[in-house]
Amino acid sequence: MTEETTPPKRGVSLTAQIIIWVFIAGLLALVGFGLNRARNPMAAVGDRVPDFDLVYYKGYEYNGTAQMKLSDLRGKIVVINIWASWCKPCEQEAPELEKAWQFYKDGNDVVFVGVDYVDTPAGANEYLKKFSITFPNAPDLKSNISSILNRQMGVPETYFIDREGILRNVKIGPFASPGEIQSIIQSIQ
Amino acid sequence: MVAEFGYGILAVSFLVAIYSVFAAVYGVTKQSAAWVQSARRSMLLMFPLISIAAAALIYLLVNDHYEVAFVYEVTSRSMPTYLKVTAWWGGQAGSLVFWSWLLAAFTSAVTIRKWDRDIEFLPWVIVVCSTTLIFFLGLVIFYENPFARFWNVIGNIEPHMFAPANATLFTAQDGRGLNPLLRHPGMVIHPPMLYLGFVSFVIPYAFAMAALITGRTDDRWIRLTRRWSLWAWLFLSLGLVLGGRWAYDVLGWGGYWGWDPVEIAAFMPWLTGTAFLHSVMIQEKRGLLKHWNMILVILTYDLVIFGTFLTRSGVLSSVHAFANSPIGPLFMAFVTLTFVASIALVIWRWPSLHSETEMKSMLSREALFLLNNLLFMSVLVVCFWGVIFPLMSELFTGQKVTVGPPFYERATGPLFAALMFLMGVAPLSAWGNSTIQTLGRAMWKSALAATIITVVLFFTYTQNIIALIGFFLIALVLLVTFQEFGRGALARQKTQNENFFVALSRLMGRNRRRYGGYIIHISMMLMAIGILGMEAFQIETQGTLAQGESMKIAEYKVVFDNVASWDNNAQEVNYTRATVKIYKGDQYIGELHPRKDMYFSGQPMSIPGQRSTMRDDLYVLLVDWQPISSTAATFKIFVNPLVNWLWIGSLLFFVGVIFAAWPDRDPAEEPSRATRRVSHTSAAD
Amino acid sequence: MKKSLYILSFVFLVSLLFAGAAFAQSSTPPTDDQVNAVAHKLYCPVCESTPLDVCPTDACKDWREQIRTMLAEGKSEAEILTYFEDQYGARVLAEPPKKGFYWLVYLLPPALILAGAVILFRSMKAWTTVKADAPNPVEATSAKKDDYVARLEEELKKQK
Repeated sequence: MTEETTPPKRGVSLTAQIIIWVFIAGLLALVGFGLNRARNPMAAVGDRVPDFDLVYYKGYEYNGTAQMKLSDLRGKIVVINIWASWCKPCEQEAPELEKAWQFYKDGNDVVFVGVDYVDTPAGANEYLKKFSITFPNAPDLKSNISSILNRQMGVPETYFIDREGILRNVKIGPFASPGEIQSIIQSIQ
Repeated sequence: MVAEFGYGILAVSFLVAIYSVFAAVYGVTKQSAAWVQSARRSMLLMFPLISIAAAALIYLLVNDHYEVAFVYEVTSRSMPTYLKVTAWWGGQAGSLVFWSWLLAAFTSAVTIRKWDRDIEFLPWVIVVCSTTLIFFLGLVIFYENPFARFWNVIGNIEPHMFAPANATLFTAQDGRGLNPLLRHPGMVIHPPMLYLGFVSFVIPYAFAMAALITGRTDDRWIRLTRRWSLWAWLFLSLGLVLGGRWAYDVLGWGGYWGWDPVEIAAFMPWLTGTAFLHSVMIQEKRGLLKHWNMILVILTYDLVIFGTFLTRSGVLSSVHAFANSPIGPLFMAFVTLTFVASIALVIWRWPSLHSETEMKSMLSREALFLLNNLLFMSVLVVCFWGVIFPLMSELFTGQKVTVGPPFYERATGPLFAALMFLMGVAPLSAWGNSTIQTLGRAMWKSALAATIITVVLFFTYTQNIIALIGFFLIALVLLVTFQEFGRGALARQKTQNENFFVALSRLMGRNRRRYGGYIIHISMMLMAIGILGMEAFQIETQGTLAQGESMKIAEYKVVFDNVASWDNNAQEVNYTRATVKIYKGDQYIGELHPRKDMYFSGQPMSIPGQRSTMRDDLYVLLVDWQPISSTAATFKIFVNPLVNWLWIGSLLFFVGVIFAAWPDRDPAEEPSRATRRVSHTSAAD
Repeated sequence: MKKSLYILSFVFLVSLLFAGAAFAQSSTPPTDDQVNAVAHKLYCPVCESTPLDVCPTDACKDWREQIRTMLAEGKSEAEILTYFEDQYGARVLAEPPKKGFYWLVYLLPPALILAGAVILFRSMKAWTTVKADAPNPVEATSAKKDDYVARLEEELKKQK
């Protein structure tokens, strides 16, 4: 510590120190936020699902309504299936989903909504025809819905929302049978 | 057995590292040289210990021990032995062990040196290195254990280190194998180089912290770690270049650098490191910028950790990203801890870091070096902001955005141009003072010659303004640098009566750092030629060809000959290989074989067919083909002008850094050190 | 006479050329290069950090077909980019659109760099003015002569 003999000099002013630490804290908070999102990509089961718009494909409207909010479906059980026409596992489950929908559609208590992720209208149309899908389907405009539900992690994924708008179950990957879908819906009712 | 042994050794080295920190701190507080020596010895123990653990891991990898989860994930029976060894750093857990091993090697090397008059640094260097090591070993032992094995727990297969109750060991038949993208030779050496660069920057940082803590804030710490910084910089640069080469050869998009967040994460410490290498010279020569050098070395260290964090935590998803892993928050905590502590230390020592002399002229070399630092920091700001902005956007607007190449190119282009201009001016300026007149007198010949070259290029090669500016700057820097070599040698020739070449080699030998630096500048300009060629003149075309049909690009003609597809079951891959004939004008110049490998795991790989010359690369990609008839195929063809200069430049770069950093027998230093030792033995205890 | 025939045939040829050009615009399918030129400016969320023109996934193939269709419909590049942005969000663009909050990405770096330059300039000024009080006699003379040899030797000596 022999060098300490030099005459005392000016330190860092308090203002500068405050600025530096606020800046560092802000930066860390930002990265912390990113980290938190990365670690919890899915909407949490048990939480209320944030509202979003559904703008249906032509011919795949909900009871003739072309555009609505998720909250307009309050009071019903909503099954949101995220899919894409380029996704092979989605093709596996498409017929099962349609079968399950046929089972529920007359009860008017359970609504299936397909959400088409990163897809082209042409591809979507072909896919919907190919599997004779009849339940409402909407494109994931601006990737908004998938960023709320799963932060764009993958397809297919299916979200089960109860009558109060609370997320109750998430299925990642394709369903093996309509029975699997039915049993999840039953557990919510 | 081997797995438990390896894990046990890691656990022991973890404890030894903790002990060394305590011993070092205790030694300092109690003024006990014995305790510091004990800390030093335990530090020296780390390298052999972790080497043994690494050997155990390699043993498991090479001998197909698929009961070990890590071995299962990164190797498979069909892989050749050398790939099984290099799979060591092909997965998260293994690469953390690799990191620790390198760090242990470097810290051992640094503790083994003669400390003599720097003995007061020793305990703190040990504390910093060991703390870093504790962090990495802790990650390995508690979170990402490469020795964990599969256990069959009531029907579920789970990886655990120790047998859970009622579990039996489960051994998989075969492993999943290393990601085929990582099997390329470039990818085999690229990570070790990058890690070497990352890890060796820990040493200058440790010395800087030691200087701050002890209050010995003169330039001693810089002189001690000068070579370390150079080597670290060399490895980091080579890592970056090899990564680029790998992307060029394997990723199949016609380029070597895509401004991907993962690339930028490795580029950021390079920027601060480069700024540091320049600004330490000012402190050595003029005693200026002590604060700044501290901040730069702290930034470099924390950007290394931060970059590792970014790529491994999934914060920014990216093509390279390791799977989401539990270590994200720990990395975050470690970056926070070290960064906050270091900055606090700098603020605490701020008064004693004041400059010893003043700046004399705004055109002096130190002023130009400051400008150089400003530019490097500006590039850093652009890069950092571009990487972090998608997070900002998601936080404030809920929308993800992409910050891609156009942003970085536009923002950094002028900055790099300014850096090149400085590279042309600074070598001519003098330490202490320079004026417009002295600079102008030194520069005008080179500037005139560069202008003439640019005019010639304008009439013969290109009318592209940006490219011409680039070529002008490249020519200027090259000419000025050659002029520096020439002037120095001539001056020596005159005063020492030597022949020109003898004078040149003696001159370079006497001042290796300076002339090594100039070689590096030249190499940078060669690389700049390649980069400029790609940025300004790359052309591409795509088309579907029937057999015998051809496609033209620049003066090349590409004729589709045939395409064949076959399975290689041993390697678990399907190859599709096309043959195209290449003509330049009407002259046949050879065949190329672009390939598409489809691994059974679903991983595709496009290997381009390349014909490389100094003038340009013809780079042919097989995009698509008709699987049954094989009569037509789609090709994407790039002509990448001048890109070879990039690789040549990197070779010269390697030479330049080696030249500058090679340890020399400096006869003048030994006796002075001996005298210092005498004066310091009393102070040491 | 001969000349006018020549001109006539030339006019005819030119008009044919124009007709050909108009024809090409309306109904020949867009080339891969035209598609790639647009695709290069887009980033498909399925393959991150890879421009659309070189991304090999099926999703991206569909996107490129979509671009081809829109080009065939006579849509301009700007229209196609806007369509993709509306459909899939701002993240498909190679850089954030220049509006609202996104201006921050463009404005902050230059602001910081400028601030850095100002700080640097001011501190350099401060350092040099300290010096100006005590003029250095060496400076006046050394600038005149070619002091290169002396300077070099001095620097070599300083190298320990």
